[in-house]
Amino acid sequence: MGKRTPLYQSHVDAGAKIVDFGGWDMPLHYGSQLEEHHVVRKQAGAFDVSHMTVVDVTGKEATAFLQKLLANDVARLKEEGKALYSCMLNDEGGVVDDLITYYLGPDRYRVVVNAATRDKDMAWIEAAVSAFDAQVNERPGLAMIAVQGPQARALAATVLNEEWREGALALKPFYGLEAGDLFIARTGYTGEDGWEIMLPESDAADFWQQCVDAGISPCGLGARDTLRLEAGMNLYGSDMDETISPLEAGLGWTIAWEPENRDFTGRGPLMEVRANKSRQKFAGLLLEGKGVLRDHMRVVVDGLPDGEITSGGFSPTLERSIAMARLPAGNYDRAQVDVRGRLLDVRVVKMPFVRNGKSQIEL
Amino acid sequence: MSELPGDLEYTAEHEWLRKEEDGTVTIGITDHAQSALGDLVYVELPEVGQEVEAGGEMAVVESVKAASDVYAPISGEVVAVNEVLADDPEKINADAYGDGWIVRMRPTGDDGETMSPDDYQTLLDELEE
Repeated sequence: MGKRTPLYQSHVDAGAKIVDFGGWDMPLHYGSQLEEHHVVRKQAGAFDVSHMTVVDVTGKEATAFLQKLLANDVARLKEEGKALYSCMLNDEGGVVDDLITYYLGPDRYRVVVNAATRDKDMAWIEAAVSAFDAQVNERPGLAMIAVQGPQARALAATVLNEEWREGALALKPFYGLEAGDLFIARTGYTGEDGWEIMLPESDAADFWQQCVDAGISPCGLGARDTLRLEAGMNLYGSDMDETISPLEAGLGWTIAWEPENRDFTGRGPLMEVRANKSRQKFAGLLLEGKGVLRDHMRVVVDGLPDGEITSGGFSPTLERSIAMARLPAGNYDRAQVDVRGRLLDVRVVKMPFVRNGKSQIEL
Repeated sequence: MSELPGDLEYTAEHEWLRKEEDGTVTIGITDHAQSALGDLVYVELPEVGQEVEAGGEMAVVESVKAASDVYAPISGEVVAVNEVLADDPEKINADAYGDGWIVRMRPTGDDGETMSPDDYQTLLDELEE
C-alpha cells in the first residue's frame, strides 16, 4: 500500500482505477482517460494533486536563499502572489527538480515541488538553506486540488466562501491569493485556464465533492499527462533529470542570466552548455501517419546523430501521436522515428501543440 | 467485471477465440485485457492472406498508456481483419467480444493452447488477488 491523499476514499468511491505514482496511490482515471482529457479542454476537470510537496520558505534571507537555490530569479517577483516557474540545479547544472515559487509577502515564499522527488528535494533544500538566515517548513497538512478548463474558475468560484470569490476571480494568470485557510493560484499543468487550490487536508474531501456537485468532473493522472504533453509542459524524470541541463530540455526561458553576479547553484557548468552551439535542442514531434510515439524511441535525422523521444503519446485533441524529443542541433523540420522497428515520418514542430482548447499546429 | 461469454475459448495472454461454422476462427482480446490497457487509440492489423504461427505476433493494440502485442493463439492464415478498428480502435473498449473482434483466421495446423471460460475465470480470479 502506498501513501494516500485525503481524497483517496473519494476516488475509490467514484470508481477510480488506482495506480502507484511515486509511492502514492493515485487515480489513473475514473472510467475513460480520453473523456477526462476532453472535458478539461471543453469544460472543467478537477485533479487531486495533494501528493505534491508544499514547502514554505521564510526569514530575513529567504530571498537571498532562493536566489542561490533557483536558476530563475525570485527578485522578479515584485507583486505579492506572483508565481515563478524555475529549475533547481545541482552543482553540475543538471536539474534536481522543477518547481513553482509563489511570493506570499516580504520574506515569505511558498514552493511546490514534485511528489516523486520529495525526499531528495527536501534533503537538497535543507542542506542548502543552512548557510542562510532562513527557515524551510514542509506543509504536509495541505491538500491541493487543481480545477482546469475553460469553465473551471467560474464553476469553482461558486464553491468558494463569498468573502474570497471576487478576489479569486480577479487573479491574473500566474498569480495567487491567500484566502483564509486557502491558497488559490491561477496556475496549472494542462494548457487551460484554471486554479490550483491548496487547503487544509481536513477540508479537502468536502471541497472536492462540492466542486464535483458544481459540475467539475474528476480527472486522473492519465489525462493530466496527455494534457500536459499537448500543452508542451515538461515532466520531471522524463523530459529532464539530474544529467540534463534546462538548456537541453527546452527550459532556457526559465534561466535568469541577469544580473551576471547572481551566483546561483549550477551557473558555471550551465554557462559552458550555453556556449556549446552543437548542444542538443528540444522540440515537438508530430507523427504524420498512424501509430503512437513512445518515450525513449530513437529519432533519426538525415546526416546527424540520433535524437530521442523524452515524452511521447497520443494527442486526443489532435487525434495524432505527438512527442517531445531531444534532437541534434541543426535546422530541419522533418525526421523519422523508429517505431518498433519501422521508420515513420514525423514533423519537427514548435510547442505547444494545444493551448486553450485549440490546436497550435497545422495538421 | 462482466461475465465471460460461454461460447468462446480463451488464452493466458487474454485473447478469445470463437470457432465459426465455416471452420474459421475469430479472435479478439478479452474484456479484462481492454480494461487493463485503458482507452485504445491505435490498432495495427496484419495483412489478409498473411500466415501466422501460434505464439507469433499477430497485431498490436496501443492504448493511451502503452503498446501491447496480440499473439496468434493458433497457426493459420488471416482471412479477414476488422478494418473498422483502424479508425475506431475504441470499438474494442466498447465491445471486446463483438464489434471489437480483431482477425479471422483459417487454422492450418495444430491448435495452440486454449482454455474454457471456467478456467479463464479462475485465471482472472488469481490475478485479482
